[in-house]
Amino acid sequence: MTLIEMSGVGKSYGAVSALHDVSLSVHAGEVTCVLGDNGAGKSTLIKIMSGLHPHSCGVMTVDGSPATFASPREALDRGIATVYQDLAVVPLMEVWRNFFLGAELTAGTFPLSGFLSGMKIKDMKRIADEELRKMGIIVNDINQPIGTLSGGQRQCVAIARAVYFGARVLILDEPTAALGVKQSGVVLKYVAAARDAGLGVVFITHNPHHAYLVGDHFIILKLGAAVLDKPRAEVTLDELTTQMAGGEELAELSHELGR
Amino acid sequence: MSHSVRAAPPVPASPEQPVRPRSSIGNRLLVRPEVGALVAALVIFVFFLAAAPAFRSAESFFTVLYQASTIGIVAVGVGLLMIGGEFDLSAGVITTSAGLVSSMFCWWFGVNLWIGALLSLIFCLFVGFVNGWLVMRTGIPSFLITLGTFFVLQGANLGVTKLVTGSVTSPDISGIDGYDSLGAIFSSSFKAGPVTVWITVIWWVLFVAVATWILTRARVGNWVYAVGGAPDSARAVGVPVVRTKIGLFMAVSFLGWFVGMHTLFRFNTLQAGNGVGNEFLYIIAAVVGGTLLTGGFGNAAGVAIGAFIFGMTNLGIVYAGWDPNWFKAFLGVMLLLAVLVNLYIKKMATARRTA
Repeated sequence: MTLIEMSGVGKSYGAVSALHDVSLSVHAGEVTCVLGDNGAGKSTLIKIMSGLHPHSCGVMTVDGSPATFASPREALDRGIATVYQDLAVVPLMEVWRNFFLGAELTAGTFPLSGFLSGMKIKDMKRIADEELRKMGIIVNDINQPIGTLSGGQRQCVAIARAVYFGARVLILDEPTAALGVKQSGVVLKYVAAARDAGLGVVFITHNPHHAYLVGDHFIILKLGAAVLDKPRAEVTLDELTTQMAGGEELAELSHELGR
Repeated sequence: MSHSVRAAPPVPASPEQPVRPRSSIGNRLLVRPEVGALVAALVIFVFFLAAAPAFRSAESFFTVLYQASTIGIVAVGVGLLMIGGEFDLSAGVITTSAGLVSSMFCWWFGVNLWIGALLSLIFCLFVGFVNGWLVMRTGIPSFLITLGTFFVLQGANLGVTKLVTGSVTSPDISGIDGYDSLGAIFSSSFKAGPVTVWITVIWWVLFVAVATWILTRARVGNWVYAVGGAPDSARAVGVPVVRTKIGLFMAVSFLGWFVGMHTLFRFNTLQAGNGVGNEFLYIIAAVVGGTLLTGGFGNAAGVAIGAFIFGMTNLGIVYAGWDPNWFKAFLGVMLLLAVLVNLYIKKMATARRTA
């Protein structure tokens, strides 16, 4: 099932073209990896999908109908959630409080309604624990401050949270960039778990090794355009690595250096 | 905070999902904000029981509670505000402003004291709103904004009182209508057996209970911890940061008004220069009670214990027959110890507990 389809999408900031003629599709239960160096246009692509900036040419369809998002809220309402590198968690607060922060379950009757309404704490703890378990995250104690979790686990809580609040498309912005090898592995496992749960995942990274472990489709961006766009069956890790490292430019450079 | 010390149901082990060892109950108690204060309170209590014979009566225990309540009521608000990541240095002097606005307005215009109390409440809430609004609007640290408010109010207290009465003492209100009914609310006491219970103690317990409910169970309590712990993250997930913080400043000024009313109806007349310095006592009570200076951590029970320690030492030193001047030095030592303990607890709380 195709969730998002982009064809010939481009974005210009004034005279500067940040992204041109990129086509991409996000399918339910698949991981689409977007690779590229700094400044390749990865962030621009995310911003179009997550509703921070509308695209300036081409067509993006969501569930088959053309869409242009004016705000992140609109994208969220269509089930497109973005987990940014800075995790949007509050370290000293308990895991369950973080999980529901800003969307607390409440049961309030006047005058204890609105912001003064009581939280359904038991339900919140149970749901947070269940949802985390679904993602394979087992915390010692749902009451422990989220700051006691590792960076990778916190990333996973943010993912589980997005999934619980109705995401069908999950955009992950460099989720492994700030993490060590072991923690990256943990996050990749949860990327796979989200995929198996039937979500369409867009995995943004500059690490071809991480991408190849979970990806179903690969797109490499360079200077705002796609230079590689292949399904897993047609691409090897070597090809991805070479392209990411500079590809032909690297070959030329090696020729010039002549060693 | 809702840490609980009961054991969670055992986690089913599976080869792919390693089960991590649970932290010991001792460790988990340590990260509760009020534990340090509770231990300190017990030690100080036993110490004065031994050192001051006059301390060993129910009567003096309730005097301690009264003393603690006059600081503790505002300290509850200051504690909430500090958990929300802000300071209010005007909290001490606003108690005097509240009483002065009320008493001089009623004396000058010859109206019922209820009108004065209401007017004073509106005035205090307005000051709290301005504090919060300026902090949020300008991004200037609340320490500076409220230092400004503090001096404005301190100067105005003296200046306006002198203009109205010709001296720095407010007029006696005991003859004005509404004195008895308001006095019953703010400053009455009753006998329970051998002891005298001041109504402020009851109010204090009530405010602590409400603050505890808000922090642990209400939706807005979640927001208070979040805006203090990581305001940017809170905003990113849809927490109304500005409204929450302004609300906290207004809560402090409301409680300041409450204590101001108590002082007014207890003594019938006010010295316009009073209240200065109390803002630090509130902050000390909050910090001794385990509230983190940088926000995001603490609870109302801890702040109450902090205020109780204040009341105990304040009177204990007198009962023991020592020079009361040492009281401030003692408070300073308590504050330094508390800051060290809090720092340690914060480290414990955020230390990675993964195996």
